[in-house]
Amino acid sequence: MSHTWKPVFVVLAILAAIFIARTIIVPPKFGIWESGYMYGWHNKANEQFWLNYKAKYKGRDYCNGCHPDKYSAIMNSPHAIIQCEDCHGPAIDHPDNPPKLAIDKSRALCLRCHVKLPYPTSHRNDLPGFLNPDEHNPGIECVSCHNPHSPVLGGMR
Amino acid sequence: MNRRKFLKIIGGMAAGAGAIGTFRFLAPGEAEALIKSSNIRWAFLVDTYKCVGCGMCVKACKLENGIPYDAPVTRTWVERYVILKDGDVLADTPKGARDGFTSPVTEGRQVNPADIDKAFFVPKLCNQCDKPPCVQVCPVGATYRTAQGIVLVDRTWCIGCGYCIMACPYGVRFFHPVYHTAEKCTFCYHRINHGMTTACVQACPFDARKIGNLKDPNDPVTKVIMTERVAVLKDEYGTKPQVYYIGLDRNVR
Repeated sequence: MSHTWKPVFVVLAILAAIFIARTIIVPPKFGIWESGYMYGWHNKANEQFWLNYKAKYKGRDYCNGCHPDKYSAIMNSPHAIIQCEDCHGPAIDHPDNPPKLAIDKSRALCLRCHVKLPYPTSHRNDLPGFLNPDEHNPGIECVSCHNPHSPVLGGMR
Repeated sequence: MNRRKFLKIIGGMAAGAGAIGTFRFLAPGEAEALIKSSNIRWAFLVDTYKCVGCGMCVKACKLENGIPYDAPVTRTWVERYVILKDGDVLADTPKGARDGFTSPVTEGRQVNPADIDKAFFVPKLCNQCDKPPCVQVCPVGATYRTAQGIVLVDRTWCIGCGYCIMACPYGVRFFHPVYHTAEKCTFCYHRINHGMTTACVQACPFDARKIGNLKDPNDPVTKVIMTERVAVLKDEYGTKPQVYYIGLDRNVR
């Protein structure tokens, strides 16, 4: 074989190897799809991965299935706008997994809304809250006196 | 050449042209037509008047989407803007507002309430742009826009080059601390496609966040976007963002 042809065959062999490797590595559903060449170039099978991702927050109607007493208590209170899972944590597969939810009873949780921030153009300014929460029973959890399911003064524990 | 042979050749050419046609690239107009075949276009509506900065949305998002809770990254966050009478603009988002805003101290400054002109909270998340620059720059096709307008990342295909993180004008992308691939808000793709709302929308006690379908004229979110005064972030970048804000201020970046 002429020495001038050898590199040509080497290049052809490399190209063939790249082509074969590409057909093996690139997933079969890799293509352009709906959003066109610039924005839609992807593996279609990956959309299924995100569709199948497990939802962890179930919403208050799920809680109502077993805890209608707690549900109706908070739904008839000024805290009706707050979802159960905001404080109780995501239900996931409760009661199977986890069997018991880790409730956030910290002062910090209540203070997310109930520290008064005097911002005239924000709804935060309208919420009842403390300008200086450290002056009101510091170190004690709010829920030891106040019932978050009935936060009016008549609902004090 | 007899008539039979002529017809055979013509028929063969027509079949060949048809076969080649199935492999051609889509022209922009044709791709556009395909997008329109979806009857859903997800869009988000944020009311900055209603947001109180409790950060429940950030907490819910991190737990829902498996973003390590103590890592300094988050798919959504809430910014606080305090605009003072002397013209100073203070803005902060401690831990992305994962624990809410519980102190009037902003950017290390104790602000006197009498000095405040206006102050408010701005929730931020992926804008799911119609022309997403993050997708355009991806060299491997690991991030893409779906037919319904959601921009997703393929964790098995992302090489972690970080181009998309730099390309996003809104700074919503980051590296996932566990998977080491580009990570971003998906509008809770797994929830909205199964009849639920997003984790942040559900967690928000004040209805400051809403998600809707722009292609449904009767959708309450669409009605607000079409009939009320809404704004988007960084419109001048031409990314066509799909998170609409009520009460946006020029100081919001």
